[in-house]
Amino acid sequence: MTLTTGPSPSSAVVPDPTAAVVQDGSLVVAAAPEAAGLQPPTAVLPTARPRLVQLVLRVLLPIALVVLWWWATRPGGWVRPQVLAAPGQVWTTFADLAGSGVLWDNLSASLQRAATGLLIGGTIGLSLGVLTGFAKLGEELLDPTLQMLRTIPFLALGPLFIVWFGIGETPKVVLIAVATAFPLYLNTYAGVRSVDRRSLEAARVFGLSRLALVRRVVVPAALPGLLVGLRVALGVSLLGLIFAEQINTTQGIGYLMTSAMAFFQTDVMVVCILVYALWGLLADLLVRLLEHLLMPWRRTHARTRAGAR
Amino acid sequence: MSGPLAVRISGAEKSFGGRPVLAGVDLDIAAGEFVALLGRSGSGKTTLLRVLLGLEQLDAGAALVPDRRTAVFQEPRLIESTRVLGNVLLGQRPTAARRDAARAALAEVGLEAHAGAWPSTLSGGEAQRVALARALVREPELLLLDEPFAALDALTRLTTQGLVAELCRRHRPAVLLVTHDVEEAILLADRIVVLTDGRMGLDVRIDDPAARRRDHPAFTALRGRLLAELGVPVAA
Repeated sequence: MTLTTGPSPSSAVVPDPTAAVVQDGSLVVAAAPEAAGLQPPTAVLPTARPRLVQLVLRVLLPIALVVLWWWATRPGGWVRPQVLAAPGQVWTTFADLAGSGVLWDNLSASLQRAATGLLIGGTIGLSLGVLTGFAKLGEELLDPTLQMLRTIPFLALGPLFIVWFGIGETPKVVLIAVATAFPLYLNTYAGVRSVDRRSLEAARVFGLSRLALVRRVVVPAALPGLLVGLRVALGVSLLGLIFAEQINTTQGIGYLMTSAMAFFQTDVMVVCILVYALWGLLADLLVRLLEHLLMPWRRTHARTRAGAR
Repeated sequence: MSGPLAVRISGAEKSFGGRPVLAGVDLDIAAGEFVALLGRSGSGKTTLLRVLLGLEQLDAGAALVPDRRTAVFQEPRLIESTRVLGNVLLGQRPTAARRDAARAALAEVGLEAHAGAWPSTLSGGEAQRVALARALVREPELLLLDEPFAALDALTRLTTQGLVAELCRRHRPAVLLVTHDVEEAILLADRIVVLTDGRMGLDVRIDDPAARRRDHPAFTALRGRLLAELGVPVAA
């Protein structure tokens, strides 16, 4: 008796007790004496759940939390509105603030501060990271100092910046710039350091200038680290913003929150917190989009491979 | 030796951490000559090649090389973030003429259809052929090959060796092939030099094309001679 090497179409039609047959797409080995005691390999890797089930599982906890919030803050619940506003109240307040334009005015003021600070701090962090990562001289000259300064909690600089730059926009922007420069510096430096030395050698051999080397080889290779830095910087910029906007401001989400505190408006506070949360979420999405756009060579290889042929 | 030179190395010395790797190497390579450099592991073959590329500095002695020199390394060393065509053009201003030349070079290695592909989508052999196209597109006067076939599988190695032989015949650069594969050296080179203890040992010229045929007695004899120089005992 012989074992067939694979399923043949005819064996599915005419059952052959010695042949492997395909049933419902799975290989079933008909009982043959010499195959007694054999069994199909058990799946070693967990199988993925259906997408719908995945989605339900993902939203289960957030929905439960909102329900709990709603239940706790209902009239006669355990939490009084002075402590935490009910979801319905928060929604109404949000609609009011959004409708009257108050929310947008304050949000745009905050966004502008964060963007300016991030742009300045990011540029500085990125340039210093490339410089110290790429040039030995830059590292020796700058890295020890930067590592030392990095350990200072940037929020501690707030009062000093107010003394230096007054109470206008400048201290706020500078604070955010300082806060964002370090995560970008550290991650860019690490990214540049991890660039494959052999690729650098090859590029040098083929006559790339130092500037071209940075632009064509070093920065692309450091991009993953750089974008991690950007992600951290975006988070830190929000932190700096909240701090900066609680002192001497007349506009911004932080101002909205501080003034709500004076009147125990927990609904406004919760709206502000949710705005911050949404902001963080969108910032993360932005970085992911950037990852996709800036590193096309990292996209699913199967597709490019098929496209190349 | 007559004709212009492509490489002149005289009295080259180089040591790493007190250990001499090159101890007075002399080597001339004529323009258009294909030289294979054999040597045991750690004998300084790659160091010598890196000196010629400007990646290492000599402690003493001198090395002279032509202006246009390129290299293919053991690994393809392509830039991940640049498409295949961009890798072939690396370091050159991408004019229309150069783009055409790069496409032609890719066609020569049989990869013209992959010009727009990302390096990470290529197989090892394909990537090495791109590296070869990148080295040839500049029409080098000196082509330095650092064990370019070592990382390839046996079948790909044979076809790539054939391709290199063919392309070198067509473009006639001076070639220095660093390898530890004696048969590869005999099949490809016009001349084989062996680096032993930091100095040039054997220096043989292959004048008889028959010696390149694996089944020819001259091939076996030369192979035995080279292996003996490399310290590998061969059964007769």
